Amino acid sequence: MKIKQENTKKNYLILIIMTLFFLLPMYVLLSTSFKSFDNVSVTNMWNLPQNLSTAGFITALKKLAPNILNSLYLVIPATIISAILGSLNGYILSKWKFKSSELIFGLLLFGMFIPYQSILLPLVKFLQNIGLYGSIPGLILVHVVYGIPITTLIFRNYYSEIPTALIEAARVDGANLIGVYRHIFLPISIPAFVVVIIWQFTNIWNEFLFAVTVTSRPAQQPITVALTNLAGSQVTEWNVQMSGAIITALPTLLIYIIFGRYFIKGLLAGSVKG
Amino acid sequence: MKHKTREKLLSLSILSPSIIAITIFVYGFIFRTLQISFIDWNSFSKLLTGKIDFVGLKNYIDLFQDTRFQTDLWNTLYFTLFFILGSIFLGILLSLILNEKPKGSIIFQNIFLFPMAISFVVTGTVWRWIFSPGTLPDNPYGINLLFKKLGMDLFQWKWFTSTSSVLYFNIALIPVIIAAIWQFSGYTMAMWLAGLRGIPEQIIEAARIDGASKWQIFSKILFPMQKPITLSAVIILAPVSLKAFALIYNMTGSGPNNVTDIPAIYMFEATFRSNRYSTGSSIAIVLLMMVGLLIIPYLINNLKRRDD
Repeated sequence: MKIKQENTKKNYLILIIMTLFFLLPMYVLLSTSFKSFDNVSVTNMWNLPQNLSTAGFITALKKLAPNILNSLYLVIPATIISAILGSLNGYILSKWKFKSSELIFGLLLFGMFIPYQSILLPLVKFLQNIGLYGSIPGLILVHVVYGIPITTLIFRNYYSEIPTALIEAARVDGANLIGVYRHIFLPISIPAFVVVIIWQFTNIWNEFLFAVTVTSRPAQQPITVALTNLAGSQVTEWNVQMSGAIITALPTLLIYIIFGRYFIKGLLAGSVKG
Repeated sequence: MKHKTREKLLSLSILSPSIIAITIFVYGFIFRTLQISFIDWNSFSKLLTGKIDFVGLKNYIDLFQDTRFQTDLWNTLYFTLFFILGSIFLGILLSLILNEKPKGSIIFQNIFLFPMAISFVVTGTVWRWIFSPGTLPDNPYGINLLFKKLGMDLFQWKWFTSTSSVLYFNIALIPVIIAAIWQFSGYTMAMWLAGLRGIPEQIIEAARIDGASKWQIFSKILFPMQKPITLSAVIILAPVSLKAFALIYNMTGSGPNNVTDIPAIYMFEATFRSNRYSTGSSIAIVLLMMVGLLIIPYLINNLKRRDD
């Protein structure tokens, strides 16, 4: 029994040290962002704010407000469209397999792993040619296309576990491919939709590389790029920068807190388990 | 079975938007990048003329002789190595502790996983502020200031502004590696935890009765059983270091003498800041090949196993 207690103590020690490490950036974020302009300086970075001030937040919010809207205009349609595409693809690739469907799946999936640098320049030129460069609709298109592999994968894995006998029964009743999807698969897809929507929302909201290359004018930029510009300007208003960082992190953090279980499912889906 | 052809056509037409999109946006664009990497488009005027002069492997040869790119490759190697080792070690350690379900394990699990939900842009901004060294010894900033307050001046150093290196390992990468491990070790932990829950309690109980120590249970039973999961984690984590663009761009940039530069940043600057399109494209292709060497065997293996 004594050994067990020793072990428990050691475990808790590790857990607490790691918790301090994981929360350190959060402490810096929160304590700095609530400081007032004359209270914020490099020398009292580790002190708690003397009095809670929301001045940093208000300034950051004013500067970032248009970009928050841009991010919403981007994330919501892109997430919905890629979820629908993923669901249809996943349905076909799990339940209506044909001769080369596994190959097609593999070729689609590859798109998930490429470093996006390898398509970036042609992508920018392509968007310029079709007149979508520098716009939110252009970014929506980009995220829908590069979201196809992961959304297809998640739905395919989810549908694979649904017994094929169900389809055969429905077909005997005269339902065709689309009928089976509408009446059987779609109604039971909600958990998979939740996983995919959370996954895509988080990823697109947080994304930076496409955002910074596809949009050039500040008025069109999503929040991640705007935060970079805010932080990159040589102002030492650390409270504004940290407030901006919190504002940027807040939507995805809230989703994580509320839907953590589904978020983890999306995370684990990326490991391509059969 | 009567409807077979009709259904196949229907299946294909449902898949076709995705197939067409991926064909253009993945395979078509990769081909185009490859093509640009073989021609001389290293100025804006050359791009405008659109003239295609093949220069063979010249861009690649120049690239590998470029000291910045050589530094980038060493940085990628060491970053990948330490980042993977660190995330796997920490992730496994945390999952083993949490698997014993200590009080509050759900809270701890959420604390270790939340960084995965936050943008690299945010974490880069915060970690830069934490690891800003200030001027030592008189005017320390960030973590150096914290060390001073705690009386641990010994640990103060120049962090990501240091230009020292050991065996081509730029030690300025250490804070970047710490930030990346902070962000991703929860991922290994989640994967391991999911796997551990699938291992029957009896196996471990039996080993315990036979007198196996904790370390023996881990090294002889758990680790071998979780090998596929660990491998998956490595495969997922390895490209992260190639893709760590947003983190490094926002945390340190290339740094003095490119000590924290990676190919992704060089590619971005070459292509979009200095109009060296062909240099940028050849970097992109090298990146793609590095990821491909890792991913393609894994994908093929995975799809094959599924068929069996």
